Amino acid sequence: MALLEVSDLSVNYGLIRAVKGISFRVEEGEIVSLIGANGAGKTTVMHALAGLIPKAGGRVTMGGRDITATPAHTLVSYGMAQVPEGRRIFGELTVLENLKLGYYSVKGSRRDLEEKLGEMYAHFPILKERQKQIAGTLSGGEQQMLAMSRALMSSPKLLLLDEPSMGLSPLYVSGVFDMIGEINRRGTTILLVEQNAKKALSVSHRAYVLETGEVVREGSGESLLQDEAVMHAYLGG
Amino acid sequence: MNILINGLCLGGVYALIALGYTMVYGIAKMLNFAHGDIIMVGAYALFSGMALTGMVIPACILAAVLCTLLGILTERVAYRPLRGASPLAVLITAIGVSYLLESIAQLIYGTDSKPVSIGNFGTVKIFSADVAVSSLLTLGLCLVIMVGLTLFVRKTKLGRAMLAVSEDRGAAELMGINTNAIISLTFAIGSLLAAFAGIFYLMKIPSITPTLGSMPGIKAFTAAVIGGIGSIPGAMIGGILLGVIEEVCNSIPAVASYTTAIEFGILILLLLVKPNGLLGKQRREKV
Repeated sequence: MALLEVSDLSVNYGLIRAVKGISFRVEEGEIVSLIGANGAGKTTVMHALAGLIPKAGGRVTMGGRDITATPAHTLVSYGMAQVPEGRRIFGELTVLENLKLGYYSVKGSRRDLEEKLGEMYAHFPILKERQKQIAGTLSGGEQQMLAMSRALMSSPKLLLLDEPSMGLSPLYVSGVFDMIGEINRRGTTILLVEQNAKKALSVSHRAYVLETGEVVREGSGESLLQDEAVMHAYLGG
Repeated sequence: MNILINGLCLGGVYALIALGYTMVYGIAKMLNFAHGDIIMVGAYALFSGMALTGMVIPACILAAVLCTLLGILTERVAYRPLRGASPLAVLITAIGVSYLLESIAQLIYGTDSKPVSIGNFGTVKIFSADVAVSSLLTLGLCLVIMVGLTLFVRKTKLGRAMLAVSEDRGAAELMGINTNAIISLTFAIGSLLAAFAGIFYLMKIPSITPTLGSMPGIKAFTAAVIGGIGSIPGAMIGGILLGVIEEVCNSIPAVASYTTAIEFGILILLLLVKPNGLLGKQRREKV
């Protein structure tokens, strides 16, 4: 059984049908990406999966459980966490407060929380240094680290990453994709939405190509990287 | 001395009401114009409670419980269905709720003012001035409530969730925060504070009319804007500032009749210089 199974999902964006009945699945342990040009409906899919916007049709299951109509705030306790597009950290709160909010739905003791914080600090020592700092004053790359750690605080089974490389300097972009590989190796399944198709495909096990709200191609990351039509359309090659 | 204490005491009451405006604005992103009328409901609840039991404390508890429930109810029935609607629609609804509450009070209690006496606690001498014990009581309790609220918002998990919802509702939802529940909680806290304000207000002016809430409501809203709407410490500072200014003006016979004009004049001047209020946030963000 797939960890995430999306069948015939449709989503409206205002009066427009932005996602037209797409189906895909994410198996446990995989990194799967949705790639496509601007306006292909990638972020709309992510928002709909997280329950932030209503679905117009279709069915979504997670580990066999139907989550089509589950409200966004309940999904976290089912093991789904999302790093939204633009990171959306709480810029007026401190780094530590942001991380604690990531732990909000976990019913853990104080010690469990400290342990989880220690785990994050071990991977991102800069966050420990800055824990008392107001998050809005971090650099873009540091904010991305914070957003990812915040999502990982709930120990999700499935992590949804929406445009993690957006707005980062090329140096940080490679760092972010290294982090994605690392998070996956430690056992978190990842669904990734990216405009940077080349980077996304090279880190993914499988990928789906979205075009104006429909899946037009799917395959392994490697095979899509070799695919001339995909290369031509999305990689400028 | 007396003027200062009375001013601080009135300011504390304004601050409690202003906190309700500012918290609801910060978290639900709406101006709850019916907030002042919650004070009036609290006052009538106290009046009826006293008539029924003849005791002050149970009547105060009745007022507090009733106002809290009313706050949750108005949000659930009148405002929640409009979430995502245009701010104007929500504003008109809030004004409608305000008139509705005033009309209900008129139907039940009539339009003539009702006297209510919480009791005379006498006066004490502080630096050779006679200060009413009720003023000191009001001031002390207002301070305790404000410190408690600040600690709650900054130090507890629910308080942090409120700050998160206030900053980014969608991102808060992604953290697993039930934002509707947090908004209900905010209305409950705001209305509870309004009930306390109503009780303290009656200690000062012991008569009740159905429109009793509107003037303190507008003054407290002014205080919230002076302090920077959405800011909790701002509401406290704005409220206390306004209360002191009001008492000082009232104590000078030559300007006493212009008190309200002076208060709103200060608001206009301040907004010209600082459009976001004293502690209003100027959003700075790195993208």
